[in-house]
Amino acid sequence: MKLLMALLCGILFGFGLALSGMTDIANVIGFLDLFGDWNPALAFVMVGGILVSLPFFQFGLGKIKAPLFASSFRLPTKNDIDGRLISGAALFGIGWGLVGLCPGPAIASLAYLNIDILYFGVAMLAGMFVVDFIDGLLTEHS
Amino acid sequence: MPEAFLMALAGGICIGLATVFLMITLGRIGGISGIVFSVAKNPAENYWAILFIAGLILGAFLFHFTAGQPIPAFEVSIPLTLAGGFIVGVGTKLGSGCTSGHGICGIGRLSTRSITATCTFMLLGFITVYLRLHGGIS
Repeated sequence: MKLLMALLCGILFGFGLALSGMTDIANVIGFLDLFGDWNPALAFVMVGGILVSLPFFQFGLGKIKAPLFASSFRLPTKNDIDGRLISGAALFGIGWGLVGLCPGPAIASLAYLNIDILYFGVAMLAGMFVVDFIDGLLTEHS
Repeated sequence: MPEAFLMALAGGICIGLATVFLMITLGRIGGISGIVFSVAKNPAENYWAILFIAGLILGAFLFHFTAGQPIPAFEVSIPLTLAGGFIVGVGTKLGSGCTSGHGICGIGRLSTRSITATCTFMLLGFITVYLRLHGGIS
């Protein structure tokens, strides 16, 4: 049941990404071209998403004791703003602006069977593993 | 382009619902960068994440199949694709999230970390595209 739910959530998410236009890099670059020929449409993806997530996290989640198919909710616990968060987000923004893909659309676009999008995904994983590897070294030595 | 606005809004609502359902059923944040990494690092302990990723791809396929919408073009040079992918990977791992985890879930949770991260990556996205398209760097 848990796995079926994960699959269904993924399908809805991927369908939403394709429907929204987030998997079309021309659209994304148009949206990020704020200081040029701005195409504001994709701002509505975030509006639509937050329209659902905000009321849920603010008013709905507190009324549920536990998830239906897991023992507990796993929510982020960090709440400090540090250099790591800012520099990570900054780098992510640069990479997003260079190609027009963020992780969700990059994975969903694998459906388009374009080998170049797979290269993006592999490079993205490589970047994640490099950070994870360095983190591992740093915790070993501390 | 009112149609594009409506599709973006409807797509965003689907994404928001997907993250809410994922939290209600499995208790997990619908942050794609984290889910993708968990699958790559520890597939045996994250079967749910494998299915979620499979669904993500299937969902995009289903949209184009049912709506008869053309597959968007992806014309980016391979070096730029690799560089962009790598930087996105480093950035999302360092910054603990991407457009979905910070932008949709984190803002929904009114997390100051996520709001800060979202403003930062949006700003750098705007600046990068400006420099690429209008700043003489390509």
